[in-house]
Amino acid sequence: MTGNDAMAEGAIRAGCRFYYGYPITPQNEVPEYMARRMPEVGGTFIQSESELAAVNMVLGSSAAGARAMTSSSSPGISLKQEGISYMAGCELPAVIANVQRGGPGLGDIGASQADYFQAVKGGGHGDYRLIVLAPYSVQEMADLTTLAFDLADRYRSPVMILSDAQIGQMMEPLVWHDYAPPADLPPKDWALTGAAGRPKRIVRSFFLYPGQLEEHNIRLQRKFARMREAEVRFEEINVEKAEVVIVAYGSAARVAKGLVLRRAKSGAVGLLRPVTLWPFPEKRIRELAGEGKDFLVAEMSAGQMLEDVKLAVEGRSKVGFYGRIGGAVVTIEEMTLKAQEMLASRGVRA
Amino acid sequence: MTAGYARPQALRDAPTHYCPGCGHGIAHRLLAEVIDELGVRERTVGMAPVGCAVVAYDYLDVDMCEAPHGRTPAVATGIKRALPDRVVFSYQGDGDLAAIGTAEIIHAANRGENISVIFINNAVYGMTGGQMAPTTPANAKTTTSPYGRNPETDGQAIRVAELLAGFDRVAYSVRTSLSSPKNVRETGRAVKKAFQTQLDRRGFAIVEILSPCPTYWHMEPEAALKHIDEVMTKTFPLGVFKDWPK
Repeated sequence: MTGNDAMAEGAIRAGCRFYYGYPITPQNEVPEYMARRMPEVGGTFIQSESELAAVNMVLGSSAAGARAMTSSSSPGISLKQEGISYMAGCELPAVIANVQRGGPGLGDIGASQADYFQAVKGGGHGDYRLIVLAPYSVQEMADLTTLAFDLADRYRSPVMILSDAQIGQMMEPLVWHDYAPPADLPPKDWALTGAAGRPKRIVRSFFLYPGQLEEHNIRLQRKFARMREAEVRFEEINVEKAEVVIVAYGSAARVAKGLVLRRAKSGAVGLLRPVTLWPFPEKRIRELAGEGKDFLVAEMSAGQMLEDVKLAVEGRSKVGFYGRIGGAVVTIEEMTLKAQEMLASRGVRA
Repeated sequence: MTAGYARPQALRDAPTHYCPGCGHGIAHRLLAEVIDELGVRERTVGMAPVGCAVVAYDYLDVDMCEAPHGRTPAVATGIKRALPDRVVFSYQGDGDLAAIGTAEIIHAANRGENISVIFINNAVYGMTGGQMAPTTPANAKTTTSPYGRNPETDGQAIRVAELLAGFDRVAYSVRTSLSSPKNVRETGRAVKKAFQTQLDRRGFAIVEILSPCPTYWHMEPEAALKHIDEVMTKTFPLGVFKDWPK
């Protein structure tokens, strides 16, 4: 199964019955899968007139209490930012997937990780945060999509899946796990279903009177702080013994993992793979920096996650960078050279 | 003593922020009356626009949702598809519906979404201070057409009710006005029919309502009503443009 198909099926297995999308490469398999599959499970698929319409249809179905999703690729995700900001402000759960391609502008259709800033630092207007999940395999395209719906419902917040052309298009075997929503998810006592036997409800992000909006924002920030506390996820390989820790996610992490496993004997290079890009595993990175480890950030951008690693390290140790840009993918040969360079500067031959 | 003309249940007892002589208050009341008459208050979900009616959700006593500017029909689509047995309406102004939200309204109409759209056409942007709207008639002066709307460079006013009537899946498209008690009653009947169209699952319905904006037309309220009859209806003729199937 391809990563894109796995993501779509993962959503359906998580109980998503409303998918709205607009064609764009390299994520067309998602709307195509949903167009086929939604009628089979009694769900709704609409090929919308635009990305703007798609994300706002998601907003509507979410406001009605349903699990809803949209997906796109980089240029289309730019269009969705309006709706994402509104959903963050209105506190509506939703899942938005970005199967990234090269940019800026129309760019190309190659795999890229250049939308990290957009996903992690806001994207739309206003002070808000999104939980951002970064799958690095077909299995995770399914599993993290399912998780995304639970997190969205738990925090009443849109959640983004930040994937790329390579993860979306490649085929791998995967295992399906039985899914049931966690029993402790909060009830949707805010959903618009008609004011039958209860006071009317309003879903809004607009607050006209002085002080109201600040109060609303303070509440949102408290929620983001709770996410930061509870939802950091990452994977480590050979980090304990490592002199240099590669920090990489998604496609770049696959290459980094290959490198680390190939050099497992020497043990000098480890991998820290953030699964959540926000909240970012900053505490763990700071801890490792405190132990004297250096870092090599590898990503398919000009150095975006690099800034978060540097913020976490706070000058405690060296942070090197290896990146490919414009839809080009990182290679194990180039990454190895860069890692060797960093090891050499520590007097380690590997 | 009983009140002969009581407040509808679907309208909250709240002071509105609308200007004196504005049509929104009348339109809200008509909408609330229809919701009461059809007995659907407890299964109605409404959509407020971005524009003067942005806080319509504070005045109408039904579940209400906000939408980004112009995306109102897309949000309404998402709600209606999730809750097909609820009554879903969107309430939009001319900037929201006929400028920034043109794609959303056309495609919701073309899909025949089973929703009711209340479209307030006062030919001007009110919330932002009186700028030119897509429905501003030729030669009319606004803050962004200070020399009058020039059809050579700004185009002509868009006639929404006629435009949407052209789509196969639009069941009901009508233009009414709030210029007189007779026309207000006519508008109430049209709104009721738009809701009935949805209850009968006949598809997309829109009521375009010519509504006064004395503040940005720079007129006394009474003169504004006269302006609708004598000037506005020349660009926007009243009438039923689609009623299918009868």
